[in-house]
Amino acid sequence: MSVLSLEDVTYSYPCAAVPAISEVTLEIGAGELVVLAGGSGSGKSTLLRAANGLVPHFHGGVFAGRATVAGMDTREHAPGALAVAVGSLFQDPETQVVMSTVRAELALPLENRGDAPAVVARAVEEAALALGIAHLLDRPTSELSGGELQRVALGAALAGRPQLILLDEPTSQLDPVAGDELIALLRRLNEDFDAAIVIAEHRLERCLGVADRAIAMRGGRVVCDAAPGDFLAWACDAAPELATPGARLLHGLGLAPVAGVKAARSSLRSRGLLPDADSYATGAAERPRREPRRRAEDSALSLDRVWHEIDRGPAILRGVSLAVGPGERVALMGRNGAGKSTLLRHAAGLMKPTRGKVRSAGRVALLLQNPTDYLVHDRVAQEASPAALATVGLGDPALSARHPRDLSGGEKQRLALAIVLDAPPGEETAVVCLDEPTRGMDRGRKDELAALLRELDAAVLVATHDPEFVAAFAQRVVLLGEGAVIADGSPAEILAGGTYFATETARILGGAGGALRPDEGVALVVGAGAEVGA
Amino acid sequence: MIYRRRASPLHAARAAAGCAYCLALALAVLLLSAPVALGAVVIAIAGAAVGAGVSREIRRAALFALPLGVLVMAVNMLVAQGGLTVIARLGNLPVFGQTDVTLEATVYGAILGVRAIALVLCGALYTVAIDPDEVLGLFRRFSFHSALTATLATRMVPVLARDARRLAEAQRCRPGPPPSRARLMRATTAGVLDRALDVAAALEVRGYGAARRPGASGRVRRPYSRHDLAFGASAVALVGLAVGARIAGLVPFSADPSLYAPLGAGEVGVAVAIVLCALLPFADRRGIER
Repeated sequence: MSVLSLEDVTYSYPCAAVPAISEVTLEIGAGELVVLAGGSGSGKSTLLRAANGLVPHFHGGVFAGRATVAGMDTREHAPGALAVAVGSLFQDPETQVVMSTVRAELALPLENRGDAPAVVARAVEEAALALGIAHLLDRPTSELSGGELQRVALGAALAGRPQLILLDEPTSQLDPVAGDELIALLRRLNEDFDAAIVIAEHRLERCLGVADRAIAMRGGRVVCDAAPGDFLAWACDAAPELATPGARLLHGLGLAPVAGVKAARSSLRSRGLLPDADSYATGAAERPRREPRRRAEDSALSLDRVWHEIDRGPAILRGVSLAVGPGERVALMGRNGAGKSTLLRHAAGLMKPTRGKVRSAGRVALLLQNPTDYLVHDRVAQEASPAALATVGLGDPALSARHPRDLSGGEKQRLALAIVLDAPPGEETAVVCLDEPTRGMDRGRKDELAALLRELDAAVLVATHDPEFVAAFAQRVVLLGEGAVIADGSPAEILAGGTYFATETARILGGAGGALRPDEGVALVVGAGAEVGA
Repeated sequence: MIYRRRASPLHAARAAAGCAYCLALALAVLLLSAPVALGAVVIAIAGAAVGAGVSREIRRAALFALPLGVLVMAVNMLVAQGGLTVIARLGNLPVFGQTDVTLEATVYGAILGVRAIALVLCGALYTVAIDPDEVLGLFRRFSFHSALTATLATRMVPVLARDARRLAEAQRCRPGPPPSRARLMRATTAGVLDRALDVAAALEVRGYGAARRPGASGRVRRPYSRHDLAFGASAVALVGLAVGARIAGLVPFSADPSLYAPLGAGEVGVAVAIVLCALLPFADRRGIER
């Protein structure tokens, strides 16, 4: 029995020249966990909005075809009516949580349905217990972290026991730990509640392992609908940007791609291709050691025992000392609240340390998390100089005349980067700092950004949760924990041995040889095979 | 300044009792104008703030309201020409004309200023000590949509304040001269509209558009706690005292033509009773954690 059925659905947003989704036909069965894959603008979010009735009731536009949710035709039932059967969770938890306490937030959808107070109270307790947020019930929502807020929003979506749960990039704002926890939680809820779950996600390696099925979209059309393994096999050939690092590793070795670290490891082990991490310990030790500690005067940026202590509050940074060399590309990692964003603000002079010193060899440019905050003009050309626009790949005259808010997410990111890089004459940018630049980006755009960062002359300091992105651009990784530097080394040293702060390739290979990217993994395994053969 | 659950008797009381308490304090401010009685109400509000653990917030609100109080006093001093005791002759001033400042007008202006500040403090106490979600529940029976919209507006204040801080930070990161205020205003407005659209979409999928009145079946009545009863009784007593004192003329005050503010046993008794009525509920601190 299907809980969601789309028959030949085509939809165009108001004033849009082309449809956001075209002739989409699919069925989601009860209890299925489906991953929706595709690049930015491929139609994933629109498909989810067609399933919860926001399309066309909320957004307007032109809708053709037929969408049925739990037997209700979305043309005849508005989102409010469909909410009985569908729970939705969007990207940004800030705008989804509307009440002031967690308890009231979880109760809101049930109260909207007109449920009796006793029913509401019981459902709130059950949803809170299922999500492990019972201890938060009486906490103000304004005090919750991003991960907690996302759980609360999920709780509100679940409290009414919907048959279908739709999630639009639910992990994009979360650190790796919280993201993995959320996906594991979804799998458990899928089993316990028997609710069908559809997740639109860019980080496929995070959720394909728990999925029953994957649907790929491109240009608003469904281009693949298969089991995760078959989807990955298709992606490796037809859409490499959707293939997970693990799939690319296996494909590079001539093996059939599988979803999940455990399955990939089993596949390699069964063929005797899984390298023994211990045998590479010597190799790792033989890697060139990092340069000795740089003197502050030689650095593009140096922080000397920097503390940031909040009046009547905690210490966010605890004596951080860090020197970034000219042209060096450094990734700053750590879980939410570790102090990454605060450190970048100190580097750029937006904050003053309560103790310690920050020095830089020139201007420090800082790109904060939301690029839209930088955009204030009516045309792209007014935002930055032609040279700065050309540096970030926005030199095309056709783009110059467009309104900045009409650009795609990736283009906005690059435009904001052009704005902060656009130093006045006579001032040289010594360091470029970026705070979580890959949030909500598809892999193609991440690769473009990594390439752009590699080409910059200035030193680069990027706070990120994304190990795959770090492996693509960084020369050095600094791991922060509780406001202090807890590890500082090459990407191979930091990312190869961990679980959460590790690339999928490193997790599959157990950190062997410090291989972080699929191509490095293939080279390692092929090299090891050759050695064994010799 | 937002509500945050604290371990205090006022936070532990149900919203209806808390609202009644804050309203009773505000009513006392409006009904009593004798300095001793008004002073007692201000002491009661300050004591309530300490008892509820929100003295920092109330102090901040007082600092915010102080210029308003001074302005009210200054305007009354210049505009009101009543009173016999002239303390300054300012001559012929533009707009105001011949202006004599009298002691009576100054004192009455000060009373009005203190009253304005006290009303702001009552509002601040309500904001930081009364759960807005519970207040929403109270009004839901009459108009669900209006009550939710009001709560949502309250919730949007800290969200938009955070957005404004973010935008200001981003503008500080822009090299060169800062954009004009008009440009920033347009950008901010566009951001607010985006936010509002996101929140509206979230509300839609939570069934806001199809909201129904809460079902009556299975309703479980929450038993009245000691704090509900204490603050409810305190509110009734405060209203009774203020109305009674006003009708019976127990705390007389007049500022025209000359000052009349006797300070006898009756006036002191009413002032002490106001403070005691307002602060006694804070004495019982059992069961205040949630």
